[in-house]
Amino acid sequence: MSALAPTGHDRQISELRALIASGKRKQVIFAAAGVLCTAFAVLVLIAAFLDLLIDGLPRLSWSFLTNFPSRRASEAGILSAWIGSAMVMLVTIFAAVPIGVGAAVYLEEYAKKNWITDLIEINVTNLAGVPSIVFGLLALGLFVHQFGFGEAVLTAGLTLALLILPIVIVSSREALRTVPSHIREAAYAMGATRWQMISDHLLPYSRGGILTGIILGMAEAIGQTAPLITIGALTFIAFLPPTPVTGEFPFLNFAWIWSEFTVLPIQMYNWVSRPDRAFQLNAAAAGVILLGMTLVMNGLAIYLRYQVRKKIKW
Amino acid sequence: MVSMDAAVAGRGSEPKADEQLRLRAEARSLDFYYGTFKALKGVQMPIYENKVTALIGPSGCGKSTFLRCFNRMHDLYPNMRYEGEIRLMPDNVNILAREVDPIEVRMRIGMVFQKPNPFPKSIFENVVYGLRVRGVSNKGALDRKAEQALREAALWNEVKDRLNDLASELSGGQQQRLCIARALATDPEIMLFDEPTSALDPIATASIEELVHELKSRVTILIVTHNMQQAARVSDFTAYMYLGEVVEFGETNQIFIKPAKKATEDYITGRFG
Repeated sequence: MSALAPTGHDRQISELRALIASGKRKQVIFAAAGVLCTAFAVLVLIAAFLDLLIDGLPRLSWSFLTNFPSRRASEAGILSAWIGSAMVMLVTIFAAVPIGVGAAVYLEEYAKKNWITDLIEINVTNLAGVPSIVFGLLALGLFVHQFGFGEAVLTAGLTLALLILPIVIVSSREALRTVPSHIREAAYAMGATRWQMISDHLLPYSRGGILTGIILGMAEAIGQTAPLITIGALTFIAFLPPTPVTGEFPFLNFAWIWSEFTVLPIQMYNWVSRPDRAFQLNAAAAGVILLGMTLVMNGLAIYLRYQVRKKIKW
Repeated sequence: MVSMDAAVAGRGSEPKADEQLRLRAEARSLDFYYGTFKALKGVQMPIYENKVTALIGPSGCGKSTFLRCFNRMHDLYPNMRYEGEIRLMPDNVNILAREVDPIEVRMRIGMVFQKPNPFPKSIFENVVYGLRVRGVSNKGALDRKAEQALREAALWNEVKDRLNDLASELSGGQQQRLCIARALATDPEIMLFDEPTSALDPIATASIEELVHELKSRVTILIVTHNMQQAARVSDFTAYMYLGEVVEFGETNQIFIKPAKKATEDYITGRFG
């Protein structure tokens, strides 16, 4: 072909090829840089995780989960810590879910679009960026002193609920917004009231997204330390709160919400700060448990999102 | 493609001269505003009982806006305003009046949308949703009504064995017939169709058109369509709208064969639009 083409044309083509080649070199350099950056981030994460595993795994045993903390590192366990964490999370769920979802439904479906709504929206979004210790101070003043709840499970649960409200509200609003307007119109056209439209359609169709937001919020809450230290969580607890389920009518007992408590990250913090190396291994083991719980929650959130995407077609 | 005259002549429902026309609803000097934009200007139009009335006209002429006035759909969105009346017979109530609850209006007047919009629920739950909203919870009553509505929408034989399947598993045409069944199940006084076949293939379109034609013995129908042949095939009366006004309203025969206005003739013969 080139024999037929004029020589000027040949030169044009070779210039073009040189241009493409230099463009491709830049592309390769950038791709390599990108791989390095990603590898660095991932490797640091893996190294930290492995370090934790190597230190912590040998300490993990059934008795580690069922023992109270002790002065002897080899006998110490995280029973009061993980039960404390579970109870605080329970309060957090029961407080954050109705308030968060309710606020999201109001902002998305009922609120008029005016400057007050805009102001509320900006505030909610900015709350997500407030340092968690500030929530601790707020809770110390409001729940512990003003309301007199004391340094109890209830106070801790409510504090963490406040902390994750922005996450729950923002993700719930996003989930509600994914329901297309033609579905809303279909419901209204059948004579549904606004609340019927919301309860029969919006909430069921967006429950996957809402659940995802709640779980991500819980994963955030379970690792919190600073606000709970601020409200006075104890670092050494050798007793359990009263059990919430009892053998006698009415089978539920709410005394546990007034109980003093500790949680996993605070137990870790306590052990890490001891000079004895054996306690630091305990901290690593507790860290493995905490990390495992967070991973499970995040995995559940991803699974739910995937399930809902697969199921609901508009 | 069938010529216009043949399509008109082919209709099986020529209004007989001695037939009594009964008024079912009437728009009286109806204006509608989106903000400051006046989308409907002094619309004046009768809707006759057990007849199909078609609204035709170019995009943006206000035909869908007019249709959505009948079930107060505009009330869902801010910055809109009705002026004038739509009188619903026989009780002669102005359904646009502020004191009339839009929910009551929507319970009396059903609607089928442009894009099939079944709920992401089972076929059965879709059909009975209107009844559930009206407080019916008796299983037997729901079953009976669902079967009746699905039969009327010519869908029963295709779905009777899979009422609990998700509605999204149906084809587009079946979904649209499901939406028609959903509206029919509540025995509406008037049914609004907003370009119900624009998202469907020709075969599904034909089945919907046939359905509209059959349904008019049971319910008064108002249909918006882009498709001139469709208006000619299914309707008894036709209104040609342009820029928010009704240019011409009359029996479909007359509108398509000898329109009174030059503008109507230009539009239906394809010289404009």
